[in-house]
Amino acid sequence: MITEIGHLSLILALLVSVLQIGVVGVGYAKNIFNWLYAGTLMAVVQFGFIGISFLSITWAFVNSDFSLTLVTNNSHTLKPLLYKISGVWGNHEGSMLLWVLVLSFFGFLLAVLQRQIPLKFKALVLFFQSAITLAFLSFILFTSNPFARLEFPPFNGYDLNPLLQDPGLAFHPPLLYLGYVGLSISFSFALAGLANGSINSAWASWVRPWTLLSWVCLTLGIALGSWWAYYELGWGGWWFWDPVENASFMPWLITTALLHSTLVLEKREQLAKWTVLLSILAFSLSLIGTFLVRSGIITSVHSFASDPTRGIYILAIMFLFTGGALVLYLLLGKKIRGGRVFSFWSRESALISNNLLLVISAMVVFIGTFWPLIIETIQGDKISVGPPYFNLTFTPFMIALSLLLPIGVSLAWKRGNIARALKSLIAPAILALVLAILILSLQTGMRMLGPVGLMLAVWVILGTLWELAGKVGIGKHPLGKSLRWLKLLPRTEYGKSMAHLGFGFTIIGIASITSWELEDIRVVRIGDVYQVGSYEFQLLDVKETGGPNYFAQVGEFEVIHDNSQVAVMLPEKRVYPVANSTTTEAAIDMGLLRDLYIVLGDFQGEDAWAVRTYIKPMVNWIWIGAFVMALGGCISLSSRLPVLQKRKPRKAS
Amino acid sequence: MKRFVTLLVLLILMPSSFLGVEPNEILDDSQLEQRARDISKNIRCMVCQNENIDDSAAELARDFRILIREMLVEGNTDQQIYDYIEDRYGEFALLKPRFNPKNWILYFSGPILIMLCLILIYRSYKNSKFEELPANDFTLEEKKRIKELISKR
Repeated sequence: MITEIGHLSLILALLVSVLQIGVVGVGYAKNIFNWLYAGTLMAVVQFGFIGISFLSITWAFVNSDFSLTLVTNNSHTLKPLLYKISGVWGNHEGSMLLWVLVLSFFGFLLAVLQRQIPLKFKALVLFFQSAITLAFLSFILFTSNPFARLEFPPFNGYDLNPLLQDPGLAFHPPLLYLGYVGLSISFSFALAGLANGSINSAWASWVRPWTLLSWVCLTLGIALGSWWAYYELGWGGWWFWDPVENASFMPWLITTALLHSTLVLEKREQLAKWTVLLSILAFSLSLIGTFLVRSGIITSVHSFASDPTRGIYILAIMFLFTGGALVLYLLLGKKIRGGRVFSFWSRESALISNNLLLVISAMVVFIGTFWPLIIETIQGDKISVGPPYFNLTFTPFMIALSLLLPIGVSLAWKRGNIARALKSLIAPAILALVLAILILSLQTGMRMLGPVGLMLAVWVILGTLWELAGKVGIGKHPLGKSLRWLKLLPRTEYGKSMAHLGFGFTIIGIASITSWELEDIRVVRIGDVYQVGSYEFQLLDVKETGGPNYFAQVGEFEVIHDNSQVAVMLPEKRVYPVANSTTTEAAIDMGLLRDLYIVLGDFQGEDAWAVRTYIKPMVNWIWIGAFVMALGGCISLSSRLPVLQKRKPRKAS
Repeated sequence: MKRFVTLLVLLILMPSSFLGVEPNEILDDSQLEQRARDISKNIRCMVCQNENIDDSAAELARDFRILIREMLVEGNTDQQIYDYIEDRYGEFALLKPRFNPKNWILYFSGPILIMLCLILIYRSYKNSKFEELPANDFTLEEKKRIKELISKR
């Protein structure tokens, strides 16, 4: 019964979206207030219906209703509750349902928030938003119905991939979807702005919170995915340049560019056309991402659904929206006014360079991801484009970006003084250089990656702090005055600095782990002591245990450093009988300066086991950096939320 | 006890779960071993989903790793090993695409786009419509006035 209600709600949601498009269309053309208003309200109704539908499928998962094909294939009564729920989106149909849920959720938010936007414009944005929802609702209902029943329900389900049974992965897809789909709002805003001819500073200020929100979610989603790979896949890799990872990384790069260009548009009414183009690109890339994952066109760990009809349907949606938007852009983009002039050395120029670097780097990733497909289609050759390629071609862009960042933030809007900017950065530059030389002399070998990476990180971090300090006049004015000024800085300034600091932190992590990781592979008998780096490891015992749906062997390692015990680590090897697979659960002793990472391997006979031990320097800074970036985004975002806005009228002195 | 037996049976039936290089594969010569590792990171595991043979648990990947080590011990250069693998298993096995005309777009698109941007930037700097902007500094009088305004606060 509940299942039928869910199915019916989904159909009703589809009807509502059709109705909404009609009502807003007519209301907009004829300028009827009531129709436009009704159109915005329908966004609420639509969200309600999709919400009911989503809840009903979740209910079926929680209660293990195996009369549903979807539940049977993706759940099991023995699974913990969290994973029953995450099972809802751990598969094709459910994840598409989540996709439309988020899509309509953003429509709902737009409808009820941002009252400063004129109704007519808001309705127009919702018109485009609803068109996207309609396309995906029909996709779900016609090609991937989550409510399909089984004629003969089995007694139990077929489990979920045990690899995917993990808290990190339970939240990774929803966050990414929030990010991907959040970009639909910027996209709809771009189209509405084009149709309406109103891409200006007000437009930018309306759309910026949405871009920020998507960016925050994408950042966290990607970081979570990477962290999951790090502790779950069993050898501590954190980024693989897998097509599906690229599919989330490209929108991130473009959205990062978009954030910066929207800023220029908001503050200086510059880059209007470019910003619109980026909004279109960002969402198109998320559609491409969805297509990549859902069609299974590129073999990867992530494609759990390989069905050509679905692929073609999504391809059609992608072409319709990307193509349509680009045509609209070509036709109506000319109407957008050019902006004001600015001098060569200015914040505007710096942000343009930032945008160019980010967009071209995204393009390099794009070409690398799709080139094997293209070559195979044209010539029939199969080639691989893997991590060595991406590391080689992508890294230079990030180096350039981090070199430019401190200079960019030190330049003033409109016309900056490059000499003064550089002069203010002498100290960070010297400190960064000294550090690089110091590290180079301390490390064995002449590999440049580590020293250069840390130099860039320090340059970015100190440059950011210096700019902030300069802004409030630390050193020039009494400290009390500076601190008072610091308090008065707008929250967006804090957000910006925070995000840039996060970027620096991430560079620290990446440079360290790539340069100075230690790895040890050996056969260890129970009782054996071995040394990796300055750490001593002893295998004390290996025990048999189990969990709700698996059996496990657990190794017990004692770790000694400087004659004192640092940790007892318990790496596991698990067997999931129902899913018929084994996984390794690495033991990780986390720290700010290093992670110790042990993987228990195969039994080698006579109390001996294959063991991999790693010492991973500074690795956590990769994710700390991402988190700090996202936090910066949140701080910036908080200044846009009416509830959190400072209401501090200036007191007359 | 019954559970232990089940576990034992399962463990025997299960495929190896240890990822990548196993202890018995490692060469005694640490320099050769390091080269083997570096090469392995650039070779695709043909039966896996987007993994290199260094990280892969697959049987085939293991065979490749051993092959590479044997070839290294025989004194082959890195290039000879890559060529050998490409000969036998096709370009698909190489994670870093060959630098040949077919793949030029992969390697040149980034630099070319950057060059284009630099040229555009240089030109906009050269014909400098920006110079119409008023000069960067304030006049003496303006500076005086600013000082006055600041001191008033």
